Amino acid sequence: MSTAVNIPPQFEIVDQPLDTQMTISMGPQHPSTHGVLRLELVLDGEMVVKATPDIGYLHTGMEKLFEYRKYQQGIVITDRMDYLNPLGNNLAYVMAVEKLLQIEIPERAQTIRVLFCELQRIASHLVWLGTHALDIGAMTVFFYCFREREKILNLIEAASGGRLTPSYFRIGGLMMDIPAGFERRVKQFLDDFPHAVQEFHKLITGNRIFQKRTQGVGYISAEDAIDWGLSGPSLRGSGVDLDIRRANPYCSYETYDFDVPTEPDCDVWARYMVRMREMDESHKIVQQALARLRPGPVKADAPKVVLPDREAMKTHMDALIHHFLIVAEGFDVPAGEVYMPIEASKGELGVYIKSTGGPKPARVHFRGPSFVNLSALPDLARGAMVADIVAIIGSLDIVLGEIDR
Amino acid sequence: MEQPNSQSNQTEGQESNAAGITPSPVAAALQRENPEWVREVIEALGETTIIVPREHIANICALLKTAPDFQFNFLADLCGFDRGPEEEPRFEVNYHLFSTLKHHRVRLKVLLNEDDAHVLSVSGIWRTANWHERETFDLFGVVFDDHPDLRRILLPDDWQGHALRKDFPLRGYEPYSLE
Repeated sequence: MSTAVNIPPQFEIVDQPLDTQMTISMGPQHPSTHGVLRLELVLDGEMVVKATPDIGYLHTGMEKLFEYRKYQQGIVITDRMDYLNPLGNNLAYVMAVEKLLQIEIPERAQTIRVLFCELQRIASHLVWLGTHALDIGAMTVFFYCFREREKILNLIEAASGGRLTPSYFRIGGLMMDIPAGFERRVKQFLDDFPHAVQEFHKLITGNRIFQKRTQGVGYISAEDAIDWGLSGPSLRGSGVDLDIRRANPYCSYETYDFDVPTEPDCDVWARYMVRMREMDESHKIVQQALARLRPGPVKADAPKVVLPDREAMKTHMDALIHHFLIVAEGFDVPAGEVYMPIEASKGELGVYIKSTGGPKPARVHFRGPSFVNLSALPDLARGAMVADIVAIIGSLDIVLGEIDR
Repeated sequence: MEQPNSQSNQTEGQESNAAGITPSPVAAALQRENPEWVREVIEALGETTIIVPREHIANICALLKTAPDFQFNFLADLCGFDRGPEEEPRFEVNYHLFSTLKHHRVRLKVLLNEDDAHVLSVSGIWRTANWHERETFDLFGVVFDDHPDLRRILLPDDWQGHALRKDFPLRGYEPYSLE
């Protein structure tokens, strides 16, 4: 379509490929494909005539598995989809089930959910930044990013016990309240983080090699981006002001004060700048969420869905019965269907759940942002150089665990 | 499936489609355009589901994409569902439409029989439908007519069966071999 680079007629696919063209396989074991992605590239010299992604190497049938597990057992499966943004996946899934059950979540639980989701967004963007810079050739950034990410993983571990697979959000609230002294640790992180972002900017934003490798590369116009279903920073890098946190607010996001960064340039550089600025915005949201934390319950008052307190189980017969029933048989979810979209770190993460009653879902479908963003790659890669493919994949920020499911 | 939905309609105090009056402006506009286009409207949990005849899906999508009142220019998701081998119609295909300008959503649903699980592709209307339709074909065996490149996407090309059908066992029929 309207790519920035116009492909001259001699670069059309020809019948005798050995004359001028060559088909090579990039991946599946390629360090720059962020997992096991295979690209079939038709090359003319160094120019990409056609790129065809081949996915499915990590397919594990997660959507099938959901149908054989109770609703609460599905949460741990979501952790393993987009493994860089597990709390976002938890949130989308539990909110979809909560919508089917029509239960209200206490304010403290909502605030903690926002706090963790934004911390997770920063962590996800840090992995993107480190690997993206590494792909392009700036190795140092990787270590700075993972140093900061480690601090966030420590915070997640302190609250949930898990670093990469927290399963912290549960249907009806949280697994448990945040530990004592947690606010102080988050505050310490928030105080340090702006300095770290400045370091990243110093490392690569002004770097002329990085600029040359990213500016004008991987062009996609706003119209095409919407047509391809791009979402999240990849869409905002084409100048479209769309953020699900603003468009269809959830978790009281409408009450937080933050900007939605957009860049008009439509290239790898624009998507880079959007994500860099988003980390500042997430920092702002975490600050506000922290200031809002008031004592209160973190689980909804729904005894048939939410596990009772340990103490209540020892003294109340009904709490013990509910606990037994939830664990042994699960809880019935009324028949119906929902589509719950959230703004995950990579774009619109939508969860479709169809219930026909009973403790297990009839169908769970994840609309992964990585899956849709990657489908636009053939358009982005046409006419690019082989070396730019790596930059373009990095700028889409894909996670194969979510694409293949 | 229809029983609980009609109940929830009554509890929410909304008009059901039985009288031909639809609370959803999208459904109303579709009905104005062509009365055959809307088979049933379900309003539940704050979401609108419109069941449409499969032969009209491409026309309906094209209209909703361009209609100035709706501008559903973004296909958020497309996914299938298998009601089970004994049900007829057996398959559902859901289209989740979204407008980046008006920020509203609607779900279109097409019902398909097992022996004729064909529906027109909408990949000519939104290019993002391409991979979604390939995924639905791969996992459910629903064929999207006029699709430019209908191949399996997640499972290997020589895979037997469609994994998300209800009669496909969780662990498959036999271990997959690369031989």
